[in-house]
Amino acid sequence: MSGIAKREEGTREEGIVMPHKGGRAGLMIFAVLAVAAIIVVAAIATGMLSFGGEKGTVTLSGAGATFPMPLILKWADEYYNETDERVQVNYGGGGSGAGITQIKDKHVDFAGSDAPLSATESSTFGLVHIPETLGAVVVAYNEPSIADLKLDGPTIARIFMKNITVWNDPAIGALNPGVTLPTDSITTVVRSDSSGTTFVFSGYLAKVSTEFDTLYGQGKSVIWPDAIGASGNPGVTQTVKTTAHSIGYIELAYAIENDVPFAQVKNHDGNFVVASLESTSAAAAGVTLPAGDGDWSQVNILDSPGANAYPIASFTYILIYKELYNEESEMNKTAAEELVSFLWWAVHDGQEYADELHYAPLPASVVEINEATLESITYEGATVR
Amino acid sequence: MNNFKRRKLVNMLASGVALTCVVLAVVPLIYILIEVVRIGAPAIDWEFLTSRTKGTGEPGEGIGNAILGTLLLVGYASAIGLPIGIFTGIYVSEFGNNRFGETVRFFNDILANFPSIVIGLLAYALVVDYMDVGFSLIAGAFALAIIMIPIVANTTEEALRMVPNSLREGALALGVPRRRAVMRIMLVNAKAGVVTGSLLAVARIAGETAPLILTAFYSNYWSASPFEPIASLPQTIFRNYNSPSEVLLQQAWGAALVLITIVLAINISVRLLMRSRTKKSKAVKKTWLTRLSLRA
Amino acid sequence: MVAEASEHGRLDHAGTGMAKARKHSSPIGPLASTGDMLFKYAVMAVALFTLVLVWFLVLMMLFEAGDSIAEFGGGFLIGDVWDPNREVYGALPFVFGTLLTSAMAILIGVPLSVGVAIYLSELSPPWLREPLSFLVELLAAVPSVIYGLWAMYALRPVMVDTIEPFFKTVLGWTPFFEGEPIGLDKFTAGIILAIMIIPTVASVSKEAMMAVPLSQREAALSLGATRYETTRMAVLTYARSGIFGACILGLGRAIGETMAVTMTIGNANLISWSLLDPGQTMSSLIANNWGEADGLQLSALIEIGIVLFVIALVVNVFARLIVGRFMKAVPTTGGGL
Repeated sequence: MSGIAKREEGTREEGIVMPHKGGRAGLMIFAVLAVAAIIVVAAIATGMLSFGGEKGTVTLSGAGATFPMPLILKWADEYYNETDERVQVNYGGGGSGAGITQIKDKHVDFAGSDAPLSATESSTFGLVHIPETLGAVVVAYNEPSIADLKLDGPTIARIFMKNITVWNDPAIGALNPGVTLPTDSITTVVRSDSSGTTFVFSGYLAKVSTEFDTLYGQGKSVIWPDAIGASGNPGVTQTVKTTAHSIGYIELAYAIENDVPFAQVKNHDGNFVVASLESTSAAAAGVTLPAGDGDWSQVNILDSPGANAYPIASFTYILIYKELYNEESEMNKTAAEELVSFLWWAVHDGQEYADELHYAPLPASVVEINEATLESITYEGATVR
Repeated sequence: MNNFKRRKLVNMLASGVALTCVVLAVVPLIYILIEVVRIGAPAIDWEFLTSRTKGTGEPGEGIGNAILGTLLLVGYASAIGLPIGIFTGIYVSEFGNNRFGETVRFFNDILANFPSIVIGLLAYALVVDYMDVGFSLIAGAFALAIIMIPIVANTTEEALRMVPNSLREGALALGVPRRRAVMRIMLVNAKAGVVTGSLLAVARIAGETAPLILTAFYSNYWSASPFEPIASLPQTIFRNYNSPSEVLLQQAWGAALVLITIVLAINISVRLLMRSRTKKSKAVKKTWLTRLSLRA
Repeated sequence: MVAEASEHGRLDHAGTGMAKARKHSSPIGPLASTGDMLFKYAVMAVALFTLVLVWFLVLMMLFEAGDSIAEFGGGFLIGDVWDPNREVYGALPFVFGTLLTSAMAILIGVPLSVGVAIYLSELSPPWLREPLSFLVELLAAVPSVIYGLWAMYALRPVMVDTIEPFFKTVLGWTPFFEGEPIGLDKFTAGIILAIMIIPTVASVSKEAMMAVPLSQREAALSLGATRYETTRMAVLTYARSGIFGACILGLGRAIGETMAVTMTIGNANLISWSLLDPGQTMSSLIANNWGEADGLQLSALIEIGIVLFVIALVVNVFARLIVGRFMKAVPTTGGGL
């Protein structure tokens, strides 16, 4: 600004402008036009698009887990076309924690979460769980010299606790006989934001390692020792990809989509299993589920029995209010109907997109539970569907 | 004269070091520009500029909604921030030679140095949460307007101070009412400074990211409602900078290219406009420096 | 000062007693009419806006941080754990991260900036001065999210392959360079901050040096000093308070910077002296955790915001006191000029 000050001295030397003369009017006009143009564009665009809005466009907003984000965004896009560009679904991501916070504050219409709510949370807030897909968390690594890494739960826990700090640790060697392990030290990559992926992963580690359970425990954010934090599944994926000798945990779809190698994990039955849609579904085979408005906090398909069950698997949920009307969100009846229709579509027709995006389609039994849940949703007391 | 040689050597070395500093300081700018153009340019085509972001990483995504969003955010923010900034500047310069004026100036300085993320926090607390508007264009524009105000106020004040007092006196002596003297004579003569400040403030807020994360959120659609979340170029970059998807990463670089073009175009055109007006004063400065270099 | 001095000068030359009149509420005499009074109060009301806004916002923040302040009290500042699972929050790792990265920025950025300022003010051929100053100032115009993007893909590989291994080899025995070169760490964040403060520090320092009276230089030169000696003895000595103020301003910018740091620092909530370890600053913590925070955590984040605000405020008021002595207008905006 001192620059301006100095330049302005020039003004004085060059003479004075009286209003009627106009002087350097060109500059003035240019600037006024520039600012005015921005404002006019703003006004017109606002007018046009919000008039468009009156023709019945409905915007549904959601936020939360990045774990199912590619799938939900795909749904949003397909559904937008399906409804002749009438229903816009805005999914902001941000992590499961963010989603839960925002739906509690009624800033969004639905939330995505990989972690179920506690029994008290779901009953206090009147939120229901709609499992929309199944996901697996894989241990992705960047160590090109190891083609096919095999790990078991306790070893993974020790790596992330920094008890194992080099790739050629005997514990890793024992699981990978015949593989020449490099001497590099291991860089762990974790989520910097609160996330359902972390919840699932730390839940698994806590289940298979008592030491991890006592020191860190299961949570949406964990105080990992000496790890690089990156935001969202995309961030961890990219950080693992670009950081030599690193290891991190990400959702299966991100690993496959981005060609990041991931470890085979020893399951409950003692077999090394590659994470895949089949092995993820296998993990969910024997589980019994509560009703949509029941207590989901105990639902758990981690370290499930089954010869081919992948041990780090989880449902991921969409959370909505059982009674969609409330004074704070002021959701209108049309939006409520559209929300339920969208979710109905997602758990039925939407499932066909799961496969190509590497998510496991919902088993029929789960779809039935979801149907019952969606049929129980009310708006001002009357069922919506 | 060994001592003299040594001193000359030190002198040369020092000049070399200073020149190296300049090179080191300018390299990042050049490097950034090269990288942004090199990686971002291939992304740019008509479809990219006019389609919306989808976030799915499939081909055919664009940044049109983010460009519109940035224009809207800047437009709304200017509509709020420019008048307040300019009138604050007028007050401080024309009526502010008292304790209240000093206080306003001081608070403006504080506001100017607020970390922008804190301004985002405040806009969140007030507009999103307390007024219950939710994540929205208007909340984002409010945050950006707060960032604009002190910049515009300071430059307006400076520009008004540059207007010769004789003009003020002359106008008043002719019986021109004070308000008209300020608005029609002072402001017109100070307009270049005011316009410069306003444009620089616009350039500054166009690139702001941190406050928008907390207030405007994001939308993958063509939204323009003041009360809905909205896309913006900086946020498109931030959401995709660490994406493993080639398409989305490319989108981030493309958005960076568009954003940096807008911001630098404003800065450079302001500078060029100012330049043509400062030849004389520069000539004055030149003299003593020329003299100095002749001596040494 | 450039501005003010000339205007005061003008007033004094005019010798009309106007200088005295300026002490009153308006530069020239009383206001003439009701219209003028209305105008004055209308303008004043607008000016009041920023004042009220700042107070309101500060109070609002204190209010929102109330839970956290009540829960942790003064212990918040020295608590070194940030654990949302156990609802324990302490600010120390982030205050540490902010101060360490800002210190790095100053350590690297200030010598460079002063070099730039010396070149621009004392050495540069006149035709080169303006384009070069402009280029340096353009650095301030680049949005910080673009710095972050660039740092991630252009600077990081250089850090990992060249700079960090070099420092590790040379200074590996100090506690500052333990660990593996990863490139997402406090070192990278410090470097990017250093680059970002250069335009602020360089342009204010340049102004300070150019404000040194020509007679100072002429005196030194006439005694046979070389240009380097002239700069060192006459210019730097004379302008040192201005340069110091410029550094503090740069420090203020480094402390508040968010995006570029968030994108490069590695986001780990721990205190570690090694620059090769990831860390977290106050602003990056807020940016990272904002979306998901609620209840006590949200309150604690806002309290972090208050701590950040207070530190930035102290630094800036301090800078202003120093810089204000010789220069009225200071680039506060990082907006290009």
